[in-house]
Amino acid sequence: MRTGAKQATGGNVVCTVRGLVKTYPAARGRRGAPATPAVRASDGIDLDVARGEVFGLLGPNGAGKSTLVRQLTGLLRPDEGTVRVLGHDLVRHPERAARLLSYLGQDSTALDELTVALATETTARLRGLDARAARAERDAVIEELDLGELAGRPLKKLSGGQRRLACVAAALVGERPLLVLDEPTTGMDPVARRAVWAAVDRRRAERGVTVLLVTHNVIEAETVLDRVAVLDRGRVIACDTPAGLKAMVADEVRVELVWRTEPPLDVAGVAALRDTAHAVSGRRWTLRLAPDEARAAIATVTGGPAFAALDDFTLATPSLEDVYLALGGRAEGTQGLVKV
Amino acid sequence: MSVVPAQAMPPGITGGSAPAKAAAPAGEAGDADGVPAPLAARARLFPALVAVYRAQLSRARVARIPLLFVATFQSVGIMVLMRGVVDGGEEARSVVAGSSVLVVAFVALNLLAQYFGQLRASGGLDHYATLPVPPSAVVLGAAAAYASFTVPGTAVTAVVGSALFQLPMGHLWILVAVIPLSGAALAGLGAALGLLAPRQELATLCGQLGMSAALLLGVLPAERMPEVVSYTRDLLPSTYGVEALARSFDGQPDWLAVCADLGVCAVVAVVSLAAATWAYRRAAVR
Repeated sequence: MRTGAKQATGGNVVCTVRGLVKTYPAARGRRGAPATPAVRASDGIDLDVARGEVFGLLGPNGAGKSTLVRQLTGLLRPDEGTVRVLGHDLVRHPERAARLLSYLGQDSTALDELTVALATETTARLRGLDARAARAERDAVIEELDLGELAGRPLKKLSGGQRRLACVAAALVGERPLLVLDEPTTGMDPVARRAVWAAVDRRRAERGVTVLLVTHNVIEAETVLDRVAVLDRGRVIACDTPAGLKAMVADEVRVELVWRTEPPLDVAGVAALRDTAHAVSGRRWTLRLAPDEARAAIATVTGGPAFAALDDFTLATPSLEDVYLALGGRAEGTQGLVKV
Repeated sequence: MSVVPAQAMPPGITGGSAPAKAAAPAGEAGDADGVPAPLAARARLFPALVAVYRAQLSRARVARIPLLFVATFQSVGIMVLMRGVVDGGEEARSVVAGSSVLVVAFVALNLLAQYFGQLRASGGLDHYATLPVPPSAVVLGAAAAYASFTVPGTAVTAVVGSALFQLPMGHLWILVAVIPLSGAALAGLGAALGLLAPRQELATLCGQLGMSAALLLGVLPAERMPEVVSYTRDLLPSTYGVEALARSFDGQPDWLAVCADLGVCAVVAVVSLAAATWAYRRAAVR
């Protein structure tokens, strides 16, 4: 079984999930809103996250990443299954989650009208720190994430990436052995991203902090994660290191072709390529081929009449996105797995 | 872009966890031997309440000041209108008292219902729900802040109204009790409505209806109402704040009755804030 090819080892597990099931009930249609069928957002999920690892949940929109994370943080009660974090049963005692982990959700409404400094300080206070410690942590994290110039400005006056960075600051104050971050770097520029990952890494090196990260950014997943669970329709379809997952499709090469206008289907080789293309999105074709096939394909499109119609082509080693597709993830999932 | 190069760490989990193990404090050994890790300290009620209150109060500077002006102008405008209808005496007192308490209803009930409705709908409650803070601290802190927002508007309305209708201002200090008590009662009600409403629009609607009720039943003199409506008036917590304030305009106020009215406000405040706390718990974990 490809799932769990690299399971976390026994005694050093921070978070254990077994048989997690959560179904959102069907909604009856109302005027203007069509009826929606019941959705099994978590469909028998098993996971082990080891101490000190950066563990990622990767999948397209609607794969059940946030639903899973909300159950791990005690915000949502699962229908079935168990969640244990640092030895505590969070299904039975969801209120303990707040004392074990720090959660960065996708929404910042609660902090939007506060200044960056006050949002951070208030969060620290509510995480149980006394006034002096809260101020000290506030100053430290603002310095660490280079938010000094923005400290006096309300979050809602900031750009999306800056606001997200301020929310990360709030999530980092008050030491917690587990950080659960739901798409922490959305909208951030590269400098801010680097600051976030440096801050996360520092906590991991100094205090053994474990990070559970939701992302649908493939590049980020490949570079920051120690292990990644690929989710599709509420199920974990693979779980391994990024390198381990990519090894599953290592014998293939990704070829992308972009045509100027209409593809020259009258050229025999091109028509054959279209039939093997894994994804066709307008003028862009994505193919996964064996290396010799790829060479032949490139020869076909770069020689003769096809070349005149070709706008661009790339040849690359497979990414986690290819893994996702190879594992049987939905084809339209390519829309959800973003490459930045 | 980023970041921590994956190559820098040996594959798998061992690379990440090896230094971690060395650095992990002994107390966090977690379930290595089946012993649950110690839980971090909870935020205590009073410091958490103060932190929420302070944060909410700062929001006023950003977003609420225009609305506070609206609340005050609305009440002053109503008094100016009513000046042509009532001519002093008992009715003038209830108009001034009703308009003053209307500011409290507008801000504490209506705006707080909207705030919590919005927070719940957008998922903003998750922020508080994943912090180890007592639910009552969040509800009481927000309610206290919204009640505080009403202080300037209520005071201005009471003073302007007293001047308009030539009422004695000697006992206006009673506002010191009326604002917090009716503020707490109405803010508790507003918070409960905002947190219980299944949809954000319904929270807004409930807040608006509550305010309209406070306007109609509080400002219009009670003697002119049909009997059924006056029963409704007795059910509305703001009524008791209005009555207490109206009584204080007498030359020799009946302090016992004033205290009784304020006592009702206090009881409603306790009940509604408890209900709001319960509603918060319910909304936070779904």
